[in-house]
Amino acid sequence: MSGNAALGEAAVLSGCTCYFGYPITPQNELTEYMAKRMGELGRVFIQSESEIAAINMVLGASVAGARAMTSSSSPGMSLKQEGISYLAADELPAVVVDMVRGGPGMGNISPAQSDYLQATRGGGHGDYKTIVLAPGSVQELTEVVPLAFDLADQYRNPVVILGDGMLGQMMEPVSFDNIKPPKQYTKDYTLTGAKGRPSRMVRSLLFDTKEEEEHNWKLVRKYQRMEQNEVRYETFLTDDAEMVVIAYGIGARIVKGAIKRLRQENMKVGMVRPITVWPFPAAILQELAKTVHDFFVFEMSAGQMIEDVKLALAGKGRIHFYGRPGGIIPTPVELYRIIGRHYYMAARRKEQ
Amino acid sequence: MKKVYTRPKTMKEAHFHYCPGCGHGIINRLLMEVIDEMGLRESAICVAPAGCGMLVYNYFDIDTLESAHGRGAAVATGIKRVRPGNLVFSYQGDGDLAAIGTAEGFHAANRGEPITVIFVNNGVYGMTGGQMAPTTLTEQVTTTTPNGRNPILAGHPVRICEVFSMLDGTAYLERVTVNKPAAVIKAKKAIKKAFQCQLDGKGFSLVEILSPCPTNWKMGPVEACRWIDEVMTKQFPLGVVKEVS
Amino acid sequence: MTTKTIFSGFGGQGVLSMGFTLANAAMLEGRYVTYLPSYGVEVRGGTANCTVVVSDEEIASPVASEPEFVVAMNQPSFNRFQNILQSGGLMCVNASLVNTASVRSDIEVLSIPTSELAEKLGTIKVANMIMLGSLIRASNIISFDAMIKNLAELLGEGKSKLIKLNKEALETGFTYVKE
Repeated sequence: MSGNAALGEAAVLSGCTCYFGYPITPQNELTEYMAKRMGELGRVFIQSESEIAAINMVLGASVAGARAMTSSSSPGMSLKQEGISYLAADELPAVVVDMVRGGPGMGNISPAQSDYLQATRGGGHGDYKTIVLAPGSVQELTEVVPLAFDLADQYRNPVVILGDGMLGQMMEPVSFDNIKPPKQYTKDYTLTGAKGRPSRMVRSLLFDTKEEEEHNWKLVRKYQRMEQNEVRYETFLTDDAEMVVIAYGIGARIVKGAIKRLRQENMKVGMVRPITVWPFPAAILQELAKTVHDFFVFEMSAGQMIEDVKLALAGKGRIHFYGRPGGIIPTPVELYRIIGRHYYMAARRKEQ
Repeated sequence: MKKVYTRPKTMKEAHFHYCPGCGHGIINRLLMEVIDEMGLRESAICVAPAGCGMLVYNYFDIDTLESAHGRGAAVATGIKRVRPGNLVFSYQGDGDLAAIGTAEGFHAANRGEPITVIFVNNGVYGMTGGQMAPTTLTEQVTTTTPNGRNPILAGHPVRICEVFSMLDGTAYLERVTVNKPAAVIKAKKAIKKAFQCQLDGKGFSLVEILSPCPTNWKMGPVEACRWIDEVMTKQFPLGVVKEVS
Repeated sequence: MTTKTIFSGFGGQGVLSMGFTLANAAMLEGRYVTYLPSYGVEVRGGTANCTVVVSDEEIASPVASEPEFVVAMNQPSFNRFQNILQSGGLMCVNASLVNTASVRSDIEVLSIPTSELAEKLGTIKVANMIMLGSLIRASNIISFDAMIKNLAELLGEGKSKLIKLNKEALETGFTYVKE
């Protein structure tokens, strides 16, 4: 099954009752899958007139109490940022999928990781954050999608699934057995008509400056709770590692291939793969820095996640970097050569 | 003494923030009167705009969401699809619906979403200080058309009802005003009809209300009301533009 | 054991379905597999390619930097992909369309006249399945017998009429290499 289709089915099984989308490559298969499945199930599907409309339909569906999702790719995500900012400010749950392609501008439909900063820094205007999940395989999508819906409901905040063109397009065998029926959340904020209760309002405009600040502090405290409780990552061969690679999503898949080759030549290289790129797994890097000196950041961008690695390590260790901005997909052999060279140089520095 | 008028039940006991002579206060009251009379307080969900109408949630005692500028019709679409049994309406100004939110309004209308748009047309951006709106009349002076709106440079006033009437999804479109008692009574009837049209599932309904803005028009309230009759209705003729039976 | 294969050719030559069929057949055998197509404007009438990785262990990367096998159904694909083939790798070439005079000396080339063989079966459309049959014979990536057994499932419902034709095509390709 393709990543896009698997994502769609996982959303359906996670109780997503409303999907709104606008065509953009490389995520069209998801929109098409939802058109078919949501129709079969009598759920809501709209091909909207724009990404802006889609995210606002999500907002409407969310405030009406539904589990709602939209998806897009980089240029479309830029358009969605307004709505994501409002969702965060209004404290409304939603799941937003970004199958990243190369930018800036129209760029290219080939996979890239060049929207890391947009995704992890909120992306739109204002002091807000979204949890950002970056799955690395089609099977992992089926774990990340129900999690995204749950986290969105739990925190009443939009959650972003950050994939890329390759993850969306590639096919792998996939099983959905792990997806449980959706949890029920008490929703005392939804607009359903003021039947037998006082009327409610959902808004982000706070004319009273004190009220505005208090609202923002409330959001900040929520983001702190996310940072404490929602960090997720995978470690790969870090126990004896002398060099630790940090890579996420499809980039981590390519690194894994490279590490397998490096290990065959007794180069002790491991990997930390953030599954949540926000909140970023800083603590594990600090822990590893007690024994490991060399960290290698790989991204399919000119260097965005490296900022988080630098913040996490806070001056400890040495950070190596290799990145390729959107366009050509780097290969495991290419990374094997580059990581190997850095590993060799680092070893030589130690000897001196 | 006989009581001839009282605050609608669904109107909160708050003071309007509107300028003297502004039409929003009348329109707000009309909406709540209609909701009371139709018994829709427990069903209605309002989508408020950005602009002068943004604070309606301080006055309406119904479930209300404040949407981003221009996105009302898309948000209302989302709500209505999840809760088809509720009365869902958006309250939008001319900048909101006819400029930044044209796409959202147009396509909600084209899909025939059974929602109602209350479109307040006062020909200027009121909240931001009287800039040109898409509905500003030719030669009308605003802060961004200091020499009057020149169609060659700034385009022509947009007639939303007429544009939307071409779309197969629209079921009821009427243009009214609130500049005198008889007109107010007509406006109320139009709102009632639009809501009924939604409840009957006929499709998209919209009531365009020409509304005085003395502050930004630089007129007295009485003069502003007269100007609607004498000037504004020439560009924006009143009446039912489309009604699907 | 991990084998990486790139299928390449013109859009419309059935390049993606060749890879997809192999990937699905491998999956039915219980192997680990990834299928990565080229997509978007690339597949609208231009050249198309896809990468299939089949393995007995978890697959690290779906991208093949140095594939063991390349299937080239047209000349541009042959020129492009012969450069990334592993030394000692196998290039399966559509001899009906590709001139292999410029081939690297450290790789093997298997030339299959797919168009001619397909025409004997009555339709050029099965040229891709002939090629797939030849590839499986020469590479042993998956079991040919198991694939034939699973053909109905692989091609999907509604294509029952085509099963016989595809089976013939696969067998034609397979036995052509045998000879």
